[in-house]
Amino acid sequence: MPTAKNYNHGTMLLAAYIRNHIIDMTHLGGSSHVGSGLSIADILAVLYGDIMTIDPQNPKLENRDRFILSKGHAGAAVYAVLAEVGFFKPEKLKDHYQNGSVLSGHVSHKGVPGVELSTGSLGHGLGVAAGMAKSAKLRKKNHKIYALLSDGECDEGSNWEAILFASHHKLDNLVAIIDYNKIQSLDTTENTLALEPFAKKFESFGWNVIEVDGHNHTELKTAFNEANIHSNSPTVVISHTTKGKGVSFMEDSVLWHYRSPQNEEYQNAKKELLNNISRLKEVTSDA
Amino acid sequence: MRDAFISELTNLAKDDPNIILLTGDLGFGVLTDFAQKFPNQFINVGVAEQNMTAIATGLALEGFKVYTYSIANFTTLRCLEQIRNDVCYHDADVTMVSVGAGFSYGQLGVSHFATEDLAILRALPNMMVIAPSDPWEAKILTRKMAEKSGPKYLRIDKGSAGCEKVPFNDIHLGKGRIIRKGLDVTLISIGAILSEVLIAADRLSADGINARVISISSLKPLDEKIIFDACNETPGIVCVEEHTKIGGLSGAVSEICLSNGIIPGFFKKIGLNDEYPSVVGDQDFLRGVYSMSSKNIYFETMEALKNLENN
Repeated sequence: MPTAKNYNHGTMLLAAYIRNHIIDMTHLGGSSHVGSGLSIADILAVLYGDIMTIDPQNPKLENRDRFILSKGHAGAAVYAVLAEVGFFKPEKLKDHYQNGSVLSGHVSHKGVPGVELSTGSLGHGLGVAAGMAKSAKLRKKNHKIYALLSDGECDEGSNWEAILFASHHKLDNLVAIIDYNKIQSLDTTENTLALEPFAKKFESFGWNVIEVDGHNHTELKTAFNEANIHSNSPTVVISHTTKGKGVSFMEDSVLWHYRSPQNEEYQNAKKELLNNISRLKEVTSDA
Repeated sequence: MRDAFISELTNLAKDDPNIILLTGDLGFGVLTDFAQKFPNQFINVGVAEQNMTAIATGLALEGFKVYTYSIANFTTLRCLEQIRNDVCYHDADVTMVSVGAGFSYGQLGVSHFATEDLAILRALPNMMVIAPSDPWEAKILTRKMAEKSGPKYLRIDKGSAGCEKVPFNDIHLGKGRIIRKGLDVTLISIGAILSEVLIAADRLSADGINARVISISSLKPLDEKIIFDACNETPGIVCVEEHTKIGGLSGAVSEICLSNGIIPGFFKKIGLNDEYPSVVGDQDFLRGVYSMSSKNIYFETMEALKNLENN
């Protein structure tokens, strides 16, 4: 069966490449949301590099697992992972944000193989994912549907409609992942519209809740494997993350929700990321 | 008209297991038969129209032919962004069905008046906009819409023009129908308010004025030829809609005429002014209060013809 498990470099290295692309893309495009992309690089690397059944040569493979990026503003990260695992050539990433490009800032399916759903307005992805999960149940298919949401996005009421629906319909083939970096557009999530007690909210809505360090690949893999065998209710993986993860001066900062890395900032970010890639390469070759 | 829609959808669902009907917790007594016959093709998603539209998109992207059902603005404006971003941008096979066109629920208040839906939905790329004038047309159009994939809007009216049954092949998506032939003036309407237009045409006829009556059930795509012919062959046109005068039937007609350099002898818009109604009442009553009854259509037409003569 075709699978992204064909990605041979290990998920840590895949995450490092995703981060490297994100910095290049947001630098070249002068675009925002670099912190949001870096925050989810590990989640994407684990899903695309280890967990999901996909076939880059056949993006519409019937029994593929579906992935929806509901926090569409982190589109650069998804384009990066799709290119890395082979849906299209990484050179295409240079087009991101450029005039005439199909690689829009917010993730879009048009002309981009591997993107299941275009998003950008928050609070859309989970409902569509629940519809896909319901479809798989009706058709007695075994694939999974993954929807990645931001924490700030959980302010949107439409998500809670979908959360009710998914548990009512026992959609155990649906896995929501929350990128819980605790920073939203202007301030922290707790100062803006408090989500805590976050896990309890999902529990009381009838969901299976797993909390992980969203940068720890072992924890992520264990969580997704647990979700795979869990039955009778949907799973949410609340992933505690750091916005801007992987570039020290971008970490945990609202500023890098908007700012695009230029000049010295870009050089410093690249240096850090490339050092990490070299280090990981050494470790993997040692192994 | 509502019953005609659901009975035809029931017929279609028998042969097509991909048809799924979603309701936002409305349709008491109306959807019961469908729900009992096809329990696996019916979901009451609860009072959650945004989610209903998102679920519909998810199902449609996986190959289902999905219908969302609710009253008036709940299946359209409440979830407009889901319709735009999820359904239309992905060209998903979802038909939004709204019952309660115009003042159908006239006693229930402004929240239940569907008086901007045509204009708003017409603006969405990929969207088809259909408003039948009577149950027979609703039945045929329901079947013809099912033959097409993609986003569609079906506007169901409580009123009915009660035209005679015409053969299946005489009703087409994207085509208007000439209900009465005439050369002295053209009355064009959309949906069930055709009933008022026909009464006005009778009064005009009694005065020796033979009005051509055109029923537009398909606002998008719009039958340009039938409108251009009316502009060229009759002295002027009157557009009638139970809807705001902005952007609906009269908006669409004036856009295509002007952009094709076709100027009717005169052009009258009958519909709701740019304001919210301040009183309630049944559909007939509100048509009277808001100047779209047969009487208004008759007098407006007579006045336009007189002005034309005086000029």
